[in-house]
Amino acid sequence: MIALIFRRFGFAAFTIAFVSVVMFAAVEALPGNVCTSFLQRFAQGPRLERCIEQQGLDRPALVRYGEWVAGAAKGDFGYSLKKRKPINELIWERFRNTALLGGIAALLAIPLAIFLGIVAGVRRDRPADLTLSSAAMLAMTIPEFVTATALIYIFAVTLQWFPAVTIVSPGASLAQMLPNIVLPVIVLSAVLVAHIMRMMRASVIDVMASDYVQMARLKGVPERQIIRKHVVPNAMIPALNVIALTIAWLLAGVVVVEKVFNYPGLGTLMIQAIYDRDLPMVQAIALIFSVIYVGVNLLADLAALALDPRLRRKGH
Amino acid sequence: MTKPLIKIDDLSLGFTARDGRQAPILRGVSLELRAGETLGIVGESGSGKSTVALAMMGYLKSGLSVFRGNAFFDGHDMFSLPEKERARLRGSSIALIPQNAGQALTPTLKIGQQIDEALRLHTDLDASARAGRVIELLSRVRLPSPEDMALRYPHELSGGQQQRAAVAMALAGNAKALLLDEPTTGLDVTTQAHILEFLRHLAQEMGVAMIYVSHDLGVIARVADRVAVMYAGQLAEEGPTREVLRAPQHPYTRGLLASIPRLGEPGIPASMPGVPPAVGSELTACAFADRCDQVRPECRQSVPALLETPHGRVRCLFSNDPGQPRETTIRDPQIKDARALTLDQVAISYSKIGWFDRLIGKKDPTPTVERATFGLKKGETLGLVGESGSGKSTILRAIAGLVGTQDGSVTLSDGESLAAPVNGRDRETLRRVQMIFQNADASLNPRQTIGEILATPLRLYFGLKGDDARKRAEDLLEAVRLPARYLDRFPGQLSGGEKQRVGVARAFAANPEVTLCDEVTSALDVSVQAAALALLTRLQKENGSSYIFVSHDLAVVRAVSDRVAVLYQGRICEIGPSAQVYAPPYHPYTSTLMGAVLEPDPDTAPALLANDMTEKSPPAKGCPFQRCCPRHMGDVCDTEVPPARDLGTGHLIHCHMLPEQLVRSADTSVDQVPEEAAENAMA
Repeated sequence: MIALIFRRFGFAAFTIAFVSVVMFAAVEALPGNVCTSFLQRFAQGPRLERCIEQQGLDRPALVRYGEWVAGAAKGDFGYSLKKRKPINELIWERFRNTALLGGIAALLAIPLAIFLGIVAGVRRDRPADLTLSSAAMLAMTIPEFVTATALIYIFAVTLQWFPAVTIVSPGASLAQMLPNIVLPVIVLSAVLVAHIMRMMRASVIDVMASDYVQMARLKGVPERQIIRKHVVPNAMIPALNVIALTIAWLLAGVVVVEKVFNYPGLGTLMIQAIYDRDLPMVQAIALIFSVIYVGVNLLADLAALALDPRLRRKGH
Repeated sequence: MTKPLIKIDDLSLGFTARDGRQAPILRGVSLELRAGETLGIVGESGSGKSTVALAMMGYLKSGLSVFRGNAFFDGHDMFSLPEKERARLRGSSIALIPQNAGQALTPTLKIGQQIDEALRLHTDLDASARAGRVIELLSRVRLPSPEDMALRYPHELSGGQQQRAAVAMALAGNAKALLLDEPTTGLDVTTQAHILEFLRHLAQEMGVAMIYVSHDLGVIARVADRVAVMYAGQLAEEGPTREVLRAPQHPYTRGLLASIPRLGEPGIPASMPGVPPAVGSELTACAFADRCDQVRPECRQSVPALLETPHGRVRCLFSNDPGQPRETTIRDPQIKDARALTLDQVAISYSKIGWFDRLIGKKDPTPTVERATFGLKKGETLGLVGESGSGKSTILRAIAGLVGTQDGSVTLSDGESLAAPVNGRDRETLRRVQMIFQNADASLNPRQTIGEILATPLRLYFGLKGDDARKRAEDLLEAVRLPARYLDRFPGQLSGGEKQRVGVARAFAANPEVTLCDEVTSALDVSVQAAALALLTRLQKENGSSYIFVSHDLAVVRAVSDRVAVLYQGRICEIGPSAQVYAPPYHPYTSTLMGAVLEPDPDTAPALLANDMTEKSPPAKGCPFQRCCPRHMGDVCDTEVPPARDLGTGHLIHCHMLPEQLVRSADTSVDQVPEEAAENAMA
């Protein structure tokens, strides 16, 4: 059991290490480097040489990779020539903002989706299920930028309850930030809830038809208890992977939604960095996203281990 | 006489179509069951046997409704009770033991928790008293170390243990009646024999009434006091087990008994022609008339009534006419001297360890199959028998190229090697080896017509197209006794037996040299099974193909095989001509296996080993049967591979013991008292 968890962690660490190599190599393979993209048309002669020397770009790639990884492990992602600031100073408050947005969306959406999925599955083909399933279908078909625009029009422009775009600075306090996240959270949650709910519903329907649920009925167990003890834990197991995948989607969705609402998170920073060809910044954000991605999948794996005794066997 | 505990009275139930037409599943069934009595309900698929049993619990599968009649349990009218009251009775007074205990136990809850749930619902015990009761129940069903079992999850138990745990759960509510729906179908014969002995004791010890549903008359013979034979939703015959099995009154019961292959009799049993009337169809004559070999004009005039006989009841107008005895057909194989297939020292391993494990120094596991050596002559049938995990299907899959061999060689008649996996073989090699699968349902593409299914091998191997292919496909259907109009049907429109015939026709479309039959009759009803065995035998004679016939059913293997290999944990224990393998001296494992076979004869008792432990993987060295062998001789069995002792005419027994000693062992083991064996079971 402990070996198993240890192993999962090992695989996660391996994945992150692999991603970092690929990312570093990709940036290396691009024509030019930090200095050429920073100096642009002045990138020639002694000016370029001085920059290269300052940035340490004349050293072998392996050494620079080692330094980059060692720095990243301590939270130091280097220096952004474009912004003329250390990257971690820029990233930290943005990371907090994105975590706030994504975290609240996930914390709201996942339990709600599981609950609605159970309701829809148990009340299969009845009005509650039909309403929920159609709503989910709708939420999945409409792209998030359309939902976002519609919400902005209704709640920001017409009703004026929430700001349409964020105008506070990235470092604003939580209290200042909160009104700004309401609409983005709704947009993100809508799709999350739809995906997870549909999976949960299908999974509940499967389990409800199983022999062990019929057996529990024949044992005389009341319906509520059947759902709580026999259905939900078993239906959660296949749903977990979908939850993990949906959170991966959330990382991409965050970039779009942040852009639409001009929200000062990692997503907008990343888009900006790509425009600016600010390579160290792109590398840093991509690495953070990949760590979150792997972390979420690791959590899903561990949750599956906790729920499903069959996975806990030795030799898996 | 005491009052019956369960009584169903003229019960009819079934589906009601939208236009109000009624499609009956049960047609006026009346049955009674007293406390402490065991009633066996037998019948083929679609006969309504499970429906009758569930109705006795007041339980209807979804979509069914009662047309007429009542079901009483302990004086309660089950179908007029409010649902709440009915739920209380279920699980407390009547409990179901399902066919597949592995699937009927909730995988995320521990065994103890699941039994505790039943206790909390049906008793007033407090938590600590319940905990004690859980342990008590688990030891009552003779599970080893019950304290430990209570903390295990269902998947951590073997199939037999899961079944026992399900019984413990059923007993939690102090059930007066147990409903067992094919509880041992799918278990190994040795495990099945142990469970049945245990259930017999339970019924005697606790005075529990049991309703035992099974398609297997051998099982019914062992456990039931009385038998009800169901046919087309009616009782065909009902009476004490001994009388029904010894002197069946209904032609259907006689046909059923005649179609069961017996261990002691080689040859193909007589099959019953035809199929039962479709479920829900209207009956205007005797339901069995179309299949009956004694049918007379009176049989077709009206539905015969259920008549009282000295011992029971029978629904036949001419029950005192015993009819013609049904003969078994002795096979007459055309075996040539040339070999069609040779296996030499084949080893097969499923699990190769990953790079991660290799890194931390783990070794490759013991191969699943090892030292598999045998030859197959042209026109010959070799039977492979063994329990689950014996490697019999694995060997077939290796020959077919579905799994790779790790070591050894597999060659066809002209020395053509079958080492390549199926996607690396050329068309001609593929053609020469064909496989027929256990589950015809899953091996036929439901979106293709039978014509299309048969056309594929004809096109691939012989380049036949259009009318030529159609003509050949018609011939193939003719050969498996299906009408040509079936070419345009889809598999879903065929019965189980018909689908299996299509599977056979598809294999023979390739005109194979070696046909691999993987449990081909296991999913079929006995009367259909007999016909399928006859079909395979006839086709072999016509085409000269060689068969490898895999089955867990020793009697079936005996019926069709010229030679038999007995496998345990992927190693051959004994191989030789059928007549010799099925007679002493036996390998200790063969002897165990034979002892566990249940015949439809109330006067035979199985001879059991002291334990029904299931082994998960073969031992790394020595004899494969070392851990369970009743004749274990000491260290030599654990460390050295047993020698193949040749008893002449190619009969080999792989055992350290001398054949003379084995003969003696055969005499003693048969006398083993089953009561004692059950007592010691799992100890």
